[in-house]
Amino acid sequence: MSQHEITLTVNGRRHAARVAARLTLVDFLRDELRLTGTHAGCEHGVCGACSVLLDGRPVRSCLIFAVQAEGAAITTVEGLAPEPGALGVLQDSFCEAHGLQCGFCTPGMLIAAEALLRRTLSPSEEEIREAIGGNLCRCTGYKQIVEAIRIAAERLGGANLAPGTDHG
Amino acid sequence: MSATGIGAPVRRKEDSRFLTGRGTYTDDINRPGQVHAFLLRSPHAHAELRRVDTTSAKAAPGVLAVFAGADMQVGGLPCGWLIHSKDGNPMAEPPHPVLAQGKVRHVGDPIAVVIAETRAQAKDAAELIVVDYQPLPAVVAGEDALKPGAPQLHEQAKGNLCYDWHLGDKQAVDAAFAKAAHVTRLDIVNNRLVANPMEPRAAIGEYDRASGEYTLYTTSQNPHVIRLLMGAFVLQLPEHKLRVVAPDVGGGFGSKIYHYAEEAIVTWAAPHVGRPIKWTAERGESFASDAQGRDHVTHAELALDKDGKFLALRVATIANLGAYLSTFSTAIPTYLYGTLLAGTYTTPAVYVEVKSAFTNTVPVDAYRGAGRPEACYVIERIVDTAARELKIDPAELRRRNFIPKDAYPYQTPVALTYDSGDYFTTLDMAMKAADYAGFAQRREAAAKRGKLRGIGIATYIEACGIAPSAVAGALGARAGLYETAELRVHPTGSVTVFTGTHSHGQGHETTFAQLVSDRLGLPLEMIDVVHGDTNKIPFGMGTYGSRSLPVGGSALVKAMDKVVNKGKKIAAHLLEAAEADIEFKDGKFSVAGTDRNVAFGQVAFAAYVPHNYPIEELEPGLDETAFYDPKNFTYPAGCHIAEIEIDRDTGDVAVVRFTAADDFGRIINPMIVEGQVHGGLAQGIGQALYENAVYSDDGQLVTGSFMDYCMPRADNLPSFDVATHATLCTHNPLGVKGCGEAGAIGAPAAIMNAVADALAPLGIGSLDMPATPERIWRAIAAKTMPQAA
Repeated sequence: MSQHEITLTVNGRRHAARVAARLTLVDFLRDELRLTGTHAGCEHGVCGACSVLLDGRPVRSCLIFAVQAEGAAITTVEGLAPEPGALGVLQDSFCEAHGLQCGFCTPGMLIAAEALLRRTLSPSEEEIREAIGGNLCRCTGYKQIVEAIRIAAERLGGANLAPGTDHG
Repeated sequence: MSATGIGAPVRRKEDSRFLTGRGTYTDDINRPGQVHAFLLRSPHAHAELRRVDTTSAKAAPGVLAVFAGADMQVGGLPCGWLIHSKDGNPMAEPPHPVLAQGKVRHVGDPIAVVIAETRAQAKDAAELIVVDYQPLPAVVAGEDALKPGAPQLHEQAKGNLCYDWHLGDKQAVDAAFAKAAHVTRLDIVNNRLVANPMEPRAAIGEYDRASGEYTLYTTSQNPHVIRLLMGAFVLQLPEHKLRVVAPDVGGGFGSKIYHYAEEAIVTWAAPHVGRPIKWTAERGESFASDAQGRDHVTHAELALDKDGKFLALRVATIANLGAYLSTFSTAIPTYLYGTLLAGTYTTPAVYVEVKSAFTNTVPVDAYRGAGRPEACYVIERIVDTAARELKIDPAELRRRNFIPKDAYPYQTPVALTYDSGDYFTTLDMAMKAADYAGFAQRREAAAKRGKLRGIGIATYIEACGIAPSAVAGALGARAGLYETAELRVHPTGSVTVFTGTHSHGQGHETTFAQLVSDRLGLPLEMIDVVHGDTNKIPFGMGTYGSRSLPVGGSALVKAMDKVVNKGKKIAAHLLEAAEADIEFKDGKFSVAGTDRNVAFGQVAFAAYVPHNYPIEELEPGLDETAFYDPKNFTYPAGCHIAEIEIDRDTGDVAVVRFTAADDFGRIINPMIVEGQVHGGLAQGIGQALYENAVYSDDGQLVTGSFMDYCMPRADNLPSFDVATHATLCTHNPLGVKGCGEAGAIGAPAAIMNAVADALAPLGIGSLDMPATPERIWRAIAAKTMPQAA
């Protein structure tokens, strides 16, 4: 199995590593960097639990090889909080609206929601449902997740943040 | 109501770690020196194993060991519930080997395990195992398996029959049918489902040579049950040398109750390779090895008198148990199904026969609701069909037959005694919230848009918090069904609760803390709830059947009673008063009628620093354990109303409105309860419209990935309208009934009744779940353009 040198940034921190060609990005994050917040739910790109932001866009880290992330800036769920021990507005809204139960799909949901809120701070319910339509949750029935994202959008919009600002 | 006590919608204590990626699920754990296991599974549904040759695999890079069935001579996986057939004979109980012994019986049946330095190496090496299969004919449907000439799975189960069970008074039912003014008949299928919690199962086995102790980390809903079954029956390990840890668990819905082969394999193999061994399922393995749910085929008949009063219900069901008996599989189509067939009604006579069959499919066991959704589906579909045949409004027909509000305790003809309920109020609440009265107008408006609109009602009752241990034991349960709680009060007055229940999304760390906050007057930050580690918690039965609060919460109340009672003795000493004069309220022990008091924390301090203490009469310390064995089941009940629109051209169903009114007894955290209801509804709607485990005739699971098995997504589901109405449980100290399964029980029948209502004007009769666009389009086409169908 061929090995490759890669350099990438994860949650603002630069990493250099030597990885096997077959290693997926999700396994690299979980097994090499021990960032276990990103979860593998199906390994075939359908459930969305492994979503991360790659250069600002949400991607399935189970469908990307680590070598493909060469030079990229990755944001995982561990990188969403403004500081250790604190919750960002979006995370806090999930807590307030009970937008999570078992927590396993939650990192992927947060990533999908973060990507939506970087695009718009006034999403309609349909837009929210569409934005998380690629992320499976087996616990919540989605209503409280939709509500959480709506609350976050309202708060971030009220805070008058410019689009594209990192909402953490 | 205090801000953090019973009834407060407080934020969950567990959320922070999940929202920041700092949960600890089994696969997140990495033990020093850990190696990886990969299982070779059968690609055939039924085959003899003529030879399993692991030689090349053992020589592959990174491989430490390879074990096949012949190498791992241990006990089989046990079944936890013995059912007796009509004729008094015990059920057929064929062996359930951990690794296949000479034969495989479903696609996914494990044959061998490879243990290697990396997961990739283990997976690569598994491809080098040579297996000489002699394929055998397979049978996948329960009905087919019971036919003469069907392929036989087990020597110990003649004709593939596990048992032929019945319940109820057959003669009384026959007599009622003989005098009935009307009989409604219905054939229905309860489709097979895959639980699919988002976290795949995983297990890590570890052996400490110094202490001789084994540790199993596993994705389980009940670690002590796993320890008991694996220790006593499979591996014969003494329980004091076996620790089972179920850390954060990413959903279960029943599928993580059972003891699975992989748990035994990694535990057994750990000392053989001298390293901790991790196994994590890929999603494809989850589909091929997690116990699946439902799979009933039923013929039902309802006898009514001329006024629409139900006289009797007769039900015959064939239940598909899959290839082997999963841990609680045998109880689901019997005592968790037949006993619920009175539903919310006064039907005086009920008779049910259930034949359970072995087939070449993944084992079937409890999935959210477990038996009770199947019962509800039979009753509520046939009641609606009767209403349509008799041209009585379905709500009115239900009202005529509801158990009256003043009839509790109510003895049903199928063994249960309902303690409390009020089905009239939940029906009225749901009808009002759903604007049932305005439906005709909405149907008309939809018709103008070319849509077929339908409305469907389902009322339901479930039996939760199973059950008095002695009763369950008499019915065949091989376990006790009590729960435990330990309340450890620390010297400065903070508290740790150790509960035998397990949380895998339900939020016990918050709900149980609220019970303590309410009773002991402590802020939530002073209370921690610990579960899931057999070395920490007292022996408990875990979480299933909406039992955690009714049974585990009751145990916690008992433990708190003991703490408060001891605290009163200590306070009496400190306050130099008589014990009988001490009251405890809002975190203070006080002398009745005076302002003299001591805070809870002072009493705790005195208990651990007993300088001024009644040491002659009272032991130091403030740490109490309680066991609670329930006196009866609890009976959550309610009404769900679905409103749907069907696109005539595509057959697509849109759920445009969904209303639920539920009676869960007293509610501790309404926010969490609402989430539980939503989740259940999503799974119930999923069953009715999207989900279906389909096997080909030769036993391949056609829907073996998320590409083929349709899970409900955010853009498939409506925004639910839910409300509650409480009648209190009369036999547990909190008055609680449980809320985890209700949504999955009522929703399928509500949706399918709405589908039937929408299609009735076209003359289309009963359709089976899931009501996919294809199924509906074909039914419409058969009526409107018969040449196309």
